[in-house]
Amino acid sequence: MDLAFTEQQQAFREEVRSWLAGNVPPEPLQSFDTEEGFIQHRAWEATLNKGRWGMVTWPQVLGGRGCDLIEWLIFEEEYYKIRAPLRVNQNGIFLLGPTLMEYGTEEQKARILPKMANGEEVWAQAWSEPNAGSDMAAIRTTATLEGDKYIINGQKTWSTRAVWADWCFGMFRTDPESERHRGLTFILVPLNSPGITVRPIPQLDGLPGFAEIFFDNVEVGVENRLGDEGAGWSVAMATAGFERGLMLRSPARFQETARRLVELYSANRMSADCDPAVKDAVLGAYLDAESYCLATYQTACRLNKGGKIGAESSTNKIFWSELDQNMHATAMSILGARAELLPHAPDAHGVGAWLDGWLFSQSGPIYAGTNEVQRNIIAERMLGMPR
Amino acid sequence: MDFTFSEDQLLFQESVRDFLINEVTAERIRASWETDSGREDALWNQLAELGLTGMTVPEVYGGLGMTVLDFVLLAQECGYVGLPEPLVHTVMVAVPLLNDIGGELGEQWLPKVASGEAKVIVGLEQNLLVEDAHVADLLLIQQGHKLYAATPDQVSLRYNESVDPSRKLFTVELLTGATVVASGEQAATLIASTFNRGALGCAAQVLGLAQRMIDLSVQYTSERRQFGKPIGSFQAVKHHMANVAVRLEYAKAPTHRAAYAVAMGQEVAAHAVSHAKLVACEAANLAAKNSVQVHGAMGYTWEVDLHIFMKKAWALANTWGDAGFHKRRIGERIFSTDAVLGAGATFV
Repeated sequence: MDLAFTEQQQAFREEVRSWLAGNVPPEPLQSFDTEEGFIQHRAWEATLNKGRWGMVTWPQVLGGRGCDLIEWLIFEEEYYKIRAPLRVNQNGIFLLGPTLMEYGTEEQKARILPKMANGEEVWAQAWSEPNAGSDMAAIRTTATLEGDKYIINGQKTWSTRAVWADWCFGMFRTDPESERHRGLTFILVPLNSPGITVRPIPQLDGLPGFAEIFFDNVEVGVENRLGDEGAGWSVAMATAGFERGLMLRSPARFQETARRLVELYSANRMSADCDPAVKDAVLGAYLDAESYCLATYQTACRLNKGGKIGAESSTNKIFWSELDQNMHATAMSILGARAELLPHAPDAHGVGAWLDGWLFSQSGPIYAGTNEVQRNIIAERMLGMPR
Repeated sequence: MDFTFSEDQLLFQESVRDFLINEVTAERIRASWETDSGREDALWNQLAELGLTGMTVPEVYGGLGMTVLDFVLLAQECGYVGLPEPLVHTVMVAVPLLNDIGGELGEQWLPKVASGEAKVIVGLEQNLLVEDAHVADLLLIQQGHKLYAATPDQVSLRYNESVDPSRKLFTVELLTGATVVASGEQAATLIASTFNRGALGCAAQVLGLAQRMIDLSVQYTSERRQFGKPIGSFQAVKHHMANVAVRLEYAKAPTHRAAYAVAMGQEVAAHAVSHAKLVACEAANLAAKNSVQVHGAMGYTWEVDLHIFMKKAWALANTWGDAGFHKRRIGERIFSTDAVLGAGATFV
């Protein structure tokens, strides 16, 4: 055990830091769930890609730096510290990208990954359906093979980023006789295909962060199938694994929220201490964010040495999503009567991004597999309790 | 950056785990409750033969010359079986203190600890009482700003019963003949570092205790049937245990980091130990609460083994600094104006 960064790792941190300092836009971008903000964030992805900082863990030939997980964590620390823009293409680069590298053909990788990396093609998810949420194996949207095309009919929902994205990926039922997780196929669909209707769904903040996608005889070439026909479930499970893992929610994000929470508490101590539970909650949030960081480094080091991710990784999503909720709930109670004010309200001075974060934190225990589903997985697969 | 244990450390953990699970059974612990001392020389000698009592004793004195980092996984295993013998205390608390005091005292006692001939027990004022003072051949006792060494004839002991029948607690009164071995600044430094190692030992043990309570609960709820099914198949029961698994999973790395910080003498050690003690004890307390719940009425009985581990977890949560003490220490650091927190600050 050696808990010091190597000289090489320190040099990498310096390199990340200085590039970000010279390139992160001085003013925060608008939300990527607005049309203008989406364009700004797409441009930021291109800037990142030009500096080869778009996806540092990707291989060099794909515009990455072939970084290991420790360097990834370092990159994320610097990224969140300087409050660089959120990643509009996170569904693509963090979820689909790694799956493509594992299951994609050489043609698919060459065609899709570079445009994903530079933000030219932004990806939306198309997992859930009105009757297939936590029970994803209940998917009913069909894809019927006719010649060298799939004809897709049905409906997807809660499709994150679908309003302005260029492509979506998801599972479709290719065998109409099949049930549950058999007979599903992973297909990539251009969102400008004839027959697609995207209906935006406003989220708690009023912005259309997700959408419904209706498919009416949508034609998609077979070259857009990822993995074998009927193998969609196992391909999708790989994506879900990445999603739960550290790519999407690295510790830096929560450590920075915890730091800001400590600052918020310290700046409002007189009023905050009226409720003695607040100080304890701030302290607990700080410790949990640190625990998350330490555990992530421990796992990353184990994986670097050839270890495998086990069922214990299902604990990850519950831990960070509840931490995020707790931190924002505590911030709301410190802000008191100002907590409900939108950031631009004239008397809101100092509420900052807490309200947005609080709203967003409500989704954490739901998306990427509800925490109740996660708890079942932990009990059955990690602890071995009976089904 | 390498936050993993070595092959050797993991193999040692495995072999010690096998030994402890075979030897330190619940029946043997219950039998120890019926004896006067609650301790067994035969078991202590076995631990010594494995090199465990001398793990942190320098090689020149017949020990293995290892650090608390090498021992932290073993301390977890001691917790897992609810080991009544003061092994964690010896390796993590007493031996490093004796080593730091050094001189004739170290020369005289360290070889005996390594061989299993003698037990050395430390009593700090931060703790209300002294664990295992009745089996000590040498006591190192804090009184104010001084540390005293005393043999059994130089102290008077008053026994206090604990809710955990395996814990033997005493007030120790120094009689004539006890000698000062450290005072002033030196004593203060020794007391502070000894205290941190004691708290670290608690954190590591309760990780094992929490895992044991999970294992007992999973086994019980897989066998116990109601409504025609094992009760462990019900989500309400599953989620109780999943919640424990989540808290436990994220208490491990802070404990291992604290062991590293202590072993390396890092400035952050006290903070890291408080972090570990808080989150590990919180996980173990939740394990106790949810385990007794899923055991139903059986969990409330003396007969079912759960209480052996549950009571030890309760006791350890409030010794070597209770939650209030450790939260205050964390608070003093993070709420200070020059605190460096946030992303990238964890390992500096």
